[in-house]
Amino acid sequence: MAKKLESTLTNMILSLVLISMSMSAALGFVYLKTKGPIEIAAQKKETDAIKQVLPEFDSDPAEGKKERDGVVIYRLNLQDQPVGFAVKTFTDKGFGGHVELMAGFLPDGSISKVTVLSHKETPGLGTKMSDPKFSNQFLGKNPAEFILKVRKDGGQVDAITAATVSSRAYCDALQRAYITLEAVKDSISVNQ
Amino acid sequence: MGNLKYFTNGLLKENPTFVIVLGTCPTLAITTAAINGIGMGAATTFVLVFSNLIISLLKNYIPDKVRIAAFIVVIATFVTIVDLVMKAYTPDLYKALGIFIPLIVVNCIILGRAEAFAQKNSILPSVLDGLGMGLGFTLAITLMGSIREILGSGSIFNIRLLSESASTILIFVLPPGAFVTYGFLIAIMNRIKLKINL
Repeated sequence: MAKKLESTLTNMILSLVLISMSMSAALGFVYLKTKGPIEIAAQKKETDAIKQVLPEFDSDPAEGKKERDGVVIYRLNLQDQPVGFAVKTFTDKGFGGHVELMAGFLPDGSISKVTVLSHKETPGLGTKMSDPKFSNQFLGKNPAEFILKVRKDGGQVDAITAATVSSRAYCDALQRAYITLEAVKDSISVNQ
Repeated sequence: MGNLKYFTNGLLKENPTFVIVLGTCPTLAITTAAINGIGMGAATTFVLVFSNLIISLLKNYIPDKVRIAAFIVVIATFVTIVDLVMKAYTPDLYKALGIFIPLIVVNCIILGRAEAFAQKNSILPSVLDGLGMGLGFTLAITLMGSIREILGSGSIFNIRLLSESASTILIFVLPPGAFVTYGFLIAIMNRIKLKINL
């Protein structure tokens, strides 16, 4: 077995520098190789989430995209006819903090479908906000006349039993989606 | 034949999870579902095998006083590679494992094997040791994930065993359930080890 390198200053600096350099070279190579697939995966995820909340569309979500205050709005078309808007919205009022929703709005302003993208709610209680039993009550409702608040707070939403905080957060995120959408709706077109 | 024992060592006799009790943080945190166990196990095994390989190759060129720093650089590199690759090709799993992928860097199993094994042994035993330890870890956390998923969500590998409306023992997918499961599994493993006299 070869003699181990002595711990002299030169040896230590030299070996650390060489190891760091070769390791960063390897990392750079992997980064370049995976950069493309990571972008594609992120885009696919976005498109899949939009597909869940809106009827069929054929325009590229990246083309009719607008962001305001952290809310992302996509305008989607099918054969140049508007299909609706997908709104990626959020709230920080969840029981576990941040909750992200994707909400679909039809051109007349009514909600077509809502899905939960990410959350940290309590399993078995707050997580029920993804269940159809809760989320279906929003289908076809127009937030202009449907008050997005739980009944306890004077609204029209039936809260989840034992998860009022999560239900409130859900409504808050939807309300944010609606307000932002109303504010920017007219200023986005698919081929801008 | 002599080398084989380095491989089987990590599976039962020195199982990193149940016997050495290293790397408990990911063990407790991500085992809410069986598939997470496989993903985390595969990522850790990859890092373990390659860091053991590189460290046993370089062991004579790393001065003693800076060895920990050098090991961490090597380990961090492979963890970042896993992180990027998983982000690119298995985005769903990447999301489920979240912060625990980058945290493999500080998983004691990996630094422990580098320090206790790879820097003293040649390449083949080191690689086999990494593979054995990695597989032992994978089996252990997949087992834990399966138990917690069956009891807590009524499914395994996302295949439903019970109907959607059946009530499950929710505590098993919550953090206390992780400790309960872990405790019982260690007890059972000790029993088995006594029985077969390892």
